[in-house]
Amino acid sequence: MKTILHVDLNNFYASVECMYDPSIRGLPVAVCGDIELRHGIVLAKNYIAKAAGVKTGYTIADAKRACPGLVCVLPHMDRYMRFSAMAKGIYSDYTDKIESFGIDECWLDMGGTDKGVQTADEIRKRIRKELGVTASVGVSYNKIFAKMGSDYKKPDATTEITEENYKDLLWRLPLSDMMFVGRATEKKLRLYGMETIGDLASADPRLLERLLGKNGLLLHRFANGRDNSEVSALNEEPEIKSIGNSTTSPRDIITDDDVRVTFMALCESVAARLRRHKMKCYTVAIDERNTELFAFTRQKHLVSPVCTADEIFAAAMELHRFNRRPGEKLRSLGVRASSLCREEGLQLTFYDDEKKQKKEAAERAADEINSRFGRKSVVHGTTMIDRELSSFLPSDDRTVSPDRFEAYL
Amino acid sequence: MNTGKLYVSVSAEFDRDGNMRPSVIHLDDGRDVKIKRIKNVTRAASLRAGGQGTRYICSIGKQDIFLFYEEPRWFIEIRS
Repeated sequence: MKTILHVDLNNFYASVECMYDPSIRGLPVAVCGDIELRHGIVLAKNYIAKAAGVKTGYTIADAKRACPGLVCVLPHMDRYMRFSAMAKGIYSDYTDKIESFGIDECWLDMGGTDKGVQTADEIRKRIRKELGVTASVGVSYNKIFAKMGSDYKKPDATTEITEENYKDLLWRLPLSDMMFVGRATEKKLRLYGMETIGDLASADPRLLERLLGKNGLLLHRFANGRDNSEVSALNEEPEIKSIGNSTTSPRDIITDDDVRVTFMALCESVAARLRRHKMKCYTVAIDERNTELFAFTRQKHLVSPVCTADEIFAAAMELHRFNRRPGEKLRSLGVRASSLCREEGLQLTFYDDEKKQKKEAAERAADEINSRFGRKSVVHGTTMIDRELSSFLPSDDRTVSPDRFEAYL
Repeated sequence: MNTGKLYVSVSAEFDRDGNMRPSVIHLDDGRDVKIKRIKNVTRAASLRAGGQGTRYICSIGKQDIFLFYEEPRWFIEIRS
C-alpha cells in the first residue's frame, strides 16, 4: 500500500514574518494587504491572533477591534516564494513525486515505505531547523486522509491516519473539517441530520447524489477513505484552463478612460501570458466590483481564438459597455481568458486577416523586448493615459490570497 | 531596536571549484576578525537574529561566531 505525506507549513505567511522579526514573536500578528493601496484585509494570521478572533478576510479595522494589540505587517511574497521553494527542496531529498497545493502545502508520494512517520518527523525537524518555521504532516494511504491528517494536529505535529484508526480519528470530526465541504454544503447536509464526517460516510450515497450531484458521491468516497488519485510528479504542470489577472485599483475607477487604462494593462498581461504558454483563447470574461463591493462577471465567446491584448481588450470593453451602470464607481477589475487551445495546428479562418496577423507579430516582438529590457519597456499607449492606474505589474503581482481552505467555505 | 542581527562586511575566498569560504569579518568599528576555522556549513534559520541562509559556524579563537550568508548580505548573530 502507498504511503502519502501531506505537509502543511503552519500559518505560513505569518510564521515567515515572525521568523524574520523576533520582536513580534509571541504577539498577535496578521499579514495584511496595503491599506494605502486599498488592499487592507487580513491575508493570514498567527495562532495568537486567531485565538483572539482575527479571521482571514477581515478588514484591518475589524481585526484590530477583535484583537486590540494586533501587529499588522505587510506581505513579502518574494520571501514566501523562496521559503516554499526551499521546503520543496527538502521534500525532493525524499521523493520526486511532489504535488503542490498552493504555496504552503504539498503531497509527497513515498511509494510503499513503512517509514512514513519517521520521514514525516525528519522533514518537520529539517523545516524547523533550516527554515525556522513549523509544519504539520499527515501520513496516510491516500491523499485526502493525508491532508486531513496534517489538519488534525497543529502546529509541528505528525498524525498518521491508517485503515485501522481513520474511523476513530476522523469520523467524529465536524463536517466542516472535511475537505471540500464548505458552508453551503454543510448547511445542506445538516438539514438531513448529518453533523460529523462519520455521518457523511454512513449516509446513503444516493441521497448525497440527489443533494449535491456527483460531488455528493465524491464526498462519500472521500469520507470512507476511497481516494485513488495520484500525486503528480515534481514540476508536472497542471493543465491550464484559464489565464486571468485582476487588480484593486489605488483609486476609484470612474471615467471611461480609467476603465480603458486598467483593462489594457490587464489585457497586456493576460495576452503575454497566453503567448508564453503558446495558447489562444476563445472566451474573454471580465470581473468588475464596485465601491459597494457588488461584483459581477460577464463573458463573451469569440469567433476565432485570440492571443493579443488588442483583441482581448476589445472584447473586455464591449462587455463593459454593454453592462455598465451610469455613475458607478469601480474598485477592482479583472480580465480572464478561457476556452484555451494550443496555438500550433490552429486552422486559419477568414477572420485571420493580414492586419490581425501583423498585430500579433507586433505584440510578440514587444514580448521579446520586454523580456530583454525589462517589463513594460513597450506598452500600449492607452496605459500611459494614467500611469497611477496602470503601474501595477499584473502577471508578477502574485495574488496573496487568504488561506485556501477558508476560501472554500 | 537590537534584534540580535548585525550585518557585516565579509572577505571571502573562492576555490577552484567556485566554493566560497568567508575568511575575514569586517566590523563597523574598524576591527577585522579573522576566521581561523569553519567548523560547520549548513542551511539554517536564525531565530535569535531573525534571518535565514547558509550558516557558517566560525572559530575565531576561543569562541565561535554564527555567520549567515543571507543572499546577498552577510550577518552575524549577536549572542550577548
